[in-house]
Amino acid sequence: MTNISKSGTSKGSGEWAVEAHGLVKIFGSHRAVDGVDLQVKAGTIYGVLGPNGAGKTTTIRMLATLLGADAGSAKIFGHDVNKEAHVVRQLIGVTGQYASVDESLSATENLVIFSRLLGLGRVEAKRKAAELLEEFGLTEAAKRPLKNFSGGMRRRLDLAASLIAQPPLIFLDEPTTGLDPRTRAQMWDTIRRLVKTGSTVLLTTQYLDEADQLADRIAVIDHGRVVAEGTVDELKASVGNTSLQLKIQHPKAMEDARKIVEQVLKTKSAVSAESAKITVPLASADRVTDLLTALRANGIGLAEINMQKPTLDEVFLNITGHGVKESKSTAFSQSEPSKGAAI
Amino acid sequence: MNSNTINPGHARQQKKSFAQAIRNSLTMAYRGLLKIRRTPEQLFDVTLQPIVFTLMFAYIFGGAISGNVENYLPVIIPGILVQTVITSSIVTGVQLREDMDKGVFDRFKSLPIARIAPLAGALLADTIRYTIATVLTFTMGYILGYRPEAGIGYVAIAAVLVIACAWAISWIFAFFGVIARTASSVQGISMIILFPLTFVSNAFVPVDTMPGWLQWFSGINPVSHLVTAVRNLTNTGTAGTDLIITLIGAAVIVAIFAPLTVRAYMRRT
Repeated sequence: MTNISKSGTSKGSGEWAVEAHGLVKIFGSHRAVDGVDLQVKAGTIYGVLGPNGAGKTTTIRMLATLLGADAGSAKIFGHDVNKEAHVVRQLIGVTGQYASVDESLSATENLVIFSRLLGLGRVEAKRKAAELLEEFGLTEAAKRPLKNFSGGMRRRLDLAASLIAQPPLIFLDEPTTGLDPRTRAQMWDTIRRLVKTGSTVLLTTQYLDEADQLADRIAVIDHGRVVAEGTVDELKASVGNTSLQLKIQHPKAMEDARKIVEQVLKTKSAVSAESAKITVPLASADRVTDLLTALRANGIGLAEINMQKPTLDEVFLNITGHGVKESKSTAFSQSEPSKGAAI
Repeated sequence: MNSNTINPGHARQQKKSFAQAIRNSLTMAYRGLLKIRRTPEQLFDVTLQPIVFTLMFAYIFGGAISGNVENYLPVIIPGILVQTVITSSIVTGVQLREDMDKGVFDRFKSLPIARIAPLAGALLADTIRYTIATVLTFTMGYILGYRPEAGIGYVAIAAVLVIACAWAISWIFAFFGVIARTASSVQGISMIILFPLTFVSNAFVPVDTMPGWLQWFSGINPVSHLVTAVRNLTNTGTAGTDLIITLIGAAVIVAIFAPLTVRAYMRRT
């Protein structure tokens, strides 16, 4: 247990990067985290999905030894976060929700100081800083004070600072919140590359889309509890699929259109007569081609066509809608399907 | 991204040790110095206070207490010096509070470094402030005509003594900085403690005109001992019991408040 190199490298005992059982954190009378279990396999990206105030950040802070848990236990690569905090700190990198770098210093100075703290020599620290700045495309801004940095640059620097020691486990707390789409995509690329080099990433996010893009497995957190856990596909299946919305040109053709839709897609549809709209769950986008051909063949004109992806709201409604309190942790396969899509 | 793959245990054998604590603290002190260089305006208090206070006290009290300004200078310069430097150590606590509210302290906590380093480093960097205050006070004294009889060597020793004591005392204010909720409350608490300490002492006036109980307090006041020690060093070049008492006092303060502060710092979220 005390030998870090052993438990970290050997695949047998180090299979779990994170093992948390029944984590609880109470602030006053508010149970911010209320019995969270998490198991993260080494070498994967794990997404913790949830709305603001769900307890994501508090959970991460406990796992990162920044906050003591009121109950429960957590291990990082087999090392207890309370009893072996010093060992755990050597295995993790933390990137906070708010960039945790020194505002009054320049990017280079920040990285050099963190490198020095991690035990690198003067020359080595300078080299490492330059290397990371290059990697994250910050070389030009290296000497500028951080006050003039954009949100994206700050996040990148923050992430770079987490990578100095090449930690095997990296916590990313909402890495793309508040970033523009282009910067977000860059961040995603960076995270993917991290995992390719062997790191394990545990990230929190409010966006289903982000979890979809990155995570191998996802835990959905609400009111401090894990309400669902599984792979991305399992999560999606539980919400129902994408839904297709058709607006018909002539309301008179409504009934015919509906029949064709149900025939071709072999599912029930919802119709709103006033707006002449048909909404139908869509299992595979490929079917749309069949449907459109059929509609054209029957001479039904379309005014509008719309695809709707399940949103986080729908996931939440679906998973938590039937009462978070009674069901602690519902596996995706057990939760009622199609609720979200049948509107 | 780096091409070398990540190796979870590789070269992560950094042990918790005294040497590491020193190294980490020095790095954090370097950070403090960089910050001072970036925002030199935070040195206003330690530059202006010695000049203004030395002039004020020398000319206002000089005639009344010692007959003339010249005779008062050997008394007042060590007094002003101690008062100014200790007062500026309050700012250390205030700035620490402000600094800790920033996200960067979260990262310091998550790093495998000595727990004491972020605090000790900040306090260490602030000795530059005390040095500025010390040099300016002696310089002002020199301009007004103060010629320490013991010579420059003893003045330097006295300066080091005052700076070291201010560093020790700054642990008290660092403790307030860690436990207080806002920076301004740190300032408030610290001033209330510091005012009686500096004024009910022999820093500015001879104590024999004070009422008995104040004389008693002044006698046990660590500030009095420090002031006396500085006077002995600069004016006669002697190191007496006051110097020893002062050094012991400083060591005791660090021994009590450094662990307290670190513990409070670790418990804060």
